[in-house]
Amino acid sequence: MQMLLTLQIVNLLASLLLLIVFAMLAQRRILSLINLFALQGAVLALSTFVVGYSTGQHHLYYSAGLTLLLKVMLLPWLLHRLIRQLDVKWDVETLLNIPVSMLIGIALVIFSFNLAAPISQLAHGLTRGLIGIALASVLLSLLMMLTRRKAVSQVVAFLSLENSLFFAAASATQGMPLVVEFGIALDVLVATFIFGIFFFQIRETFDSLDISHMEKLKDD
Amino acid sequence: MIINAVQIPAVVFQLTQLLLVVLAAPLLTGWVNQCQAWLQNRSGAGVLQPYRVLHKLFLKDAVIAYNASWLFRVTPYVVFGCMWLAATIIPIIAVDLPFSRAADVIALVGVFALARMFGALAAMDIGTAFGTMGARREMMVSFLAEPALLMVLFTASMLSHSTQLPYIVSAFSRHQFMLYPSLAFAALAFLIVLLAENARIPVDNPNTHLELTMIHEAMILEYSARHLALIEWASSLKLFAYFSIGIALFLPYGIAEVGHWSALPLSILLLLFKLALAGVGLALFEALSAKMRIFRAPEFLGTAFLLAVLGLLIHFLLSA
Amino acid sequence: MIDSQLLALLLTPLLGGVLLALLGSRAWAAELNSLMSFFTFIAAVVLTMRVIDAGPQIAFHEQFFIDPFNVFLVALTAFVAFTTSLFSRPYMRIEQHHGKLSTAMLHLYYSMYQLFTFTMLVALTTNNMGIIWVAMEAATLTTVLLVSLYRTPASLEAAWKYFILCGVGIALALFGTILMYFAAQHVLGEGGTALLWTHLNQVKGQLEPTVLKLAFVFLLVGYGTKIGLVPLHSWLPDAHAEGPTPVSAVLSGLLLNVALTAVMRSKVLVDGSLGTHFAGNLMMGFGLLSVAVASLSLSRQKDIKRMFAYSSIEHMGLITFAFGMGGPVATFAAMLHMTMHSLTKSAIFFAVGHAVQKSGTQVMENIRGMIQVSPTVGWGLMLGTLAILGMPPFGVFASEFLIITTAMHAYPWVTPILLISLGIAFAAIFGKIQPVVFGETTAKPLPHSPALIPVFIHLLLVLMLGLYMPPYLANWYHQAAALLG
Repeated sequence: MQMLLTLQIVNLLASLLLLIVFAMLAQRRILSLINLFALQGAVLALSTFVVGYSTGQHHLYYSAGLTLLLKVMLLPWLLHRLIRQLDVKWDVETLLNIPVSMLIGIALVIFSFNLAAPISQLAHGLTRGLIGIALASVLLSLLMMLTRRKAVSQVVAFLSLENSLFFAAASATQGMPLVVEFGIALDVLVATFIFGIFFFQIRETFDSLDISHMEKLKDD
Repeated sequence: MIINAVQIPAVVFQLTQLLLVVLAAPLLTGWVNQCQAWLQNRSGAGVLQPYRVLHKLFLKDAVIAYNASWLFRVTPYVVFGCMWLAATIIPIIAVDLPFSRAADVIALVGVFALARMFGALAAMDIGTAFGTMGARREMMVSFLAEPALLMVLFTASMLSHSTQLPYIVSAFSRHQFMLYPSLAFAALAFLIVLLAENARIPVDNPNTHLELTMIHEAMILEYSARHLALIEWASSLKLFAYFSIGIALFLPYGIAEVGHWSALPLSILLLLFKLALAGVGLALFEALSAKMRIFRAPEFLGTAFLLAVLGLLIHFLLSA
Repeated sequence: MIDSQLLALLLTPLLGGVLLALLGSRAWAAELNSLMSFFTFIAAVVLTMRVIDAGPQIAFHEQFFIDPFNVFLVALTAFVAFTTSLFSRPYMRIEQHHGKLSTAMLHLYYSMYQLFTFTMLVALTTNNMGIIWVAMEAATLTTVLLVSLYRTPASLEAAWKYFILCGVGIALALFGTILMYFAAQHVLGEGGTALLWTHLNQVKGQLEPTVLKLAFVFLLVGYGTKIGLVPLHSWLPDAHAEGPTPVSAVLSGLLLNVALTAVMRSKVLVDGSLGTHFAGNLMMGFGLLSVAVASLSLSRQKDIKRMFAYSSIEHMGLITFAFGMGGPVATFAAMLHMTMHSLTKSAIFFAVGHAVQKSGTQVMENIRGMIQVSPTVGWGLMLGTLAILGMPPFGVFASEFLIITTAMHAYPWVTPILLISLGIAFAAIFGKIQPVVFGETTAKPLPHSPALIPVFIHLLLVLMLGLYMPPYLANWYHQAAALLG
């Protein structure tokens, strides 16, 4: 059972992506979280490039370039700037007990692999199983969003969620139509700007970026 | 590949390895210590220092606490025997070893567990505070490390469709080079388990007797002379065995096939080279990392378990 | 021809957004806002006439697709957007007068209002499942800063919740879209056409059912967050209660519809592929749960806008349920109810907005005797409430009646749940609104006269549709219902 080298590389990158999401889930420091996010973007760009190269879909090169520009350089830079300005660079976050969240994470991985198993049977050659990994990353990012208390980490989780989706689009389906990808990239960029605006508004109002201040609205 | 009845070359291979491991194990420890010394800008005691220590210890008179039971006396021999057996059955110089079939990977983990259990019981036997504390910590670490180790071995078993070490090694060594993400995860997990099980930094520090941090050293504080020598020797053997597992699973290339006499010298040379390299790697890793608080150890080992399980799951999904 | 008409429809609000971004701080920004909305409405009417005459249209290299189903929503969206802009002119002035809003905030509000209209129209008219997603996400982005317009802690919290929850929801919808594309690729090949709804619709029988099943779950959960289906609804009451009232009106009256359209587009494909009632059952389940939970939550509400937000959840649940039942009658009823709900709910929010401004609070216990302070506001609120509660002769009665009778035929066991829920909702809302309208009051008059013409236009339309359905309108609904199956 010999696989193509490119496929092996894509599989390896996919596994790496999953590992990075786990690392983010366990990461306490906001600064390291952003660095991991940048790393995730780099892996994503690389895998998009490899898929583009091996399938001859040259528009994926643009996607890879866009990812590199947006998710490895621009967004991490913006986030770095933001946390410097907000002075939350060294903030440490109290998480859900790490082993517990890891165990939930593993359960999610098993769940999504199971869910994706019938689909993997359909996929042709290159992309078998990548949907499962993408789905697992999506769910793990969701878990991260749920368990985080700090606004910045929630946003990084959101962006990681988006990265996982992009991975699904780029690797599993060999790229969405370019116009859609540009639209998605634009939305993500605008969303990040709006998140930035929010950070300042939230801190101005609550004097902290801790979301737990924002649990006042209830039905009563 | 089916290994048939015991053949003459196989027996010779087995005897070679039997002697090789027991003689070379202290050398490996000495080499790691020497590398560490170099990295710390010390001249070091030389790679042969462990032999001198063993020699010194064997010459001394043993002192045993008056309330020690037979368990305490038996333990060094049991531990030494277990480790020797473990190091002997892992195919490192040749695939075809008659003893290998005595135990598959799961039994191998059991052998380690047996040694650990005796160690812990003996440590508590005297009833000193340090012994009990060390035993408790050791059990905690191994309680977390063992599942991770099993998961690593399962990943390898899944990939090669067997839990028998000779089959696994032979399957890996004959495969063409391939990127196995699952195996890469398993290798990382194994590295963590290796550090934890052999009482290395960042989980434990073999060179310290600082009561707040020591784990393994606390357990063997009451031992002296030949008993201590056997336990030290067993520790060396354990490190050797773990290195061997790592090499057998992740770097089996160059191992002698069944009945290839001519391949034996090359195989041994390659093995020594790999071991030396692994020793440098270990020393380097230890020099670069700091010991973590004991309460962080569960997280560290949890990572190993996570990596191993992820490796296994990825194998299921990608069949790679 | 169709290209230029569509271009006019889409470019007018986009241009309006850009113009207002540049000129939004001028004194006449509100009038410009209304004017651009009016032009959009005219363009929508022209387009609607055209589609009624000539049938479904495809424009811009198949990237846009207008059929009776979405053109009816385009007309509704443009209409409510226009009337809301009329309402928001005096409303926002009063807010500014009360010192709640600055000129800069109004500037943001006007330009975002136009861009929001633009994104909804794109989402409605596009033929590309990917662009629907992009437009829906853009619709969230344009409204999220409007929800936090007042910069109060509560509004910030509401906006953050809205942003995060809808962001997550919409991300799941993207995953669903990707799965759909994945399935379509096998049939339509690589490239641009595999996301075009018209192409997908032609080959829906060949799409891989297992993939589409999973895709639909993600799409329903994703867009369902936006629709406000229980249990994904928790952002909705907050966002409606804490945002400015015109924003509540368009969110409730329009955005929820647009999200539901996206779900319906997917449902058509999934039904075609699966040949079972899987998608319908799922929608019925979510719909029924929404109706039940929302109607039970109504009686616990103290905030008037929050209560009507829950009422929106209830009605969207009912519509989702009706769409889920499928069949020409249920779909017809669902679309009718969509129209009625949009018109009535936005009218209610207009009246509520002024009532809140008069009494200076959103807590219902402190809003009393609206009928004495301002008979128009009082009557508007009362009539709107009666209409939304499904009292004859308002149109909501007709559509709800249709939905329930259809359910009685097809799913008899559901009828009691629906009837009890509607009964509870009636008791809760009526019991709370009655003293708000008829109690004793101490409120002061407003600095600007309220804009209540939109309220009565909406209510009049609802009343008219309840009494008499023009044949061309009925015909149009039937066409759309036939399209959706």
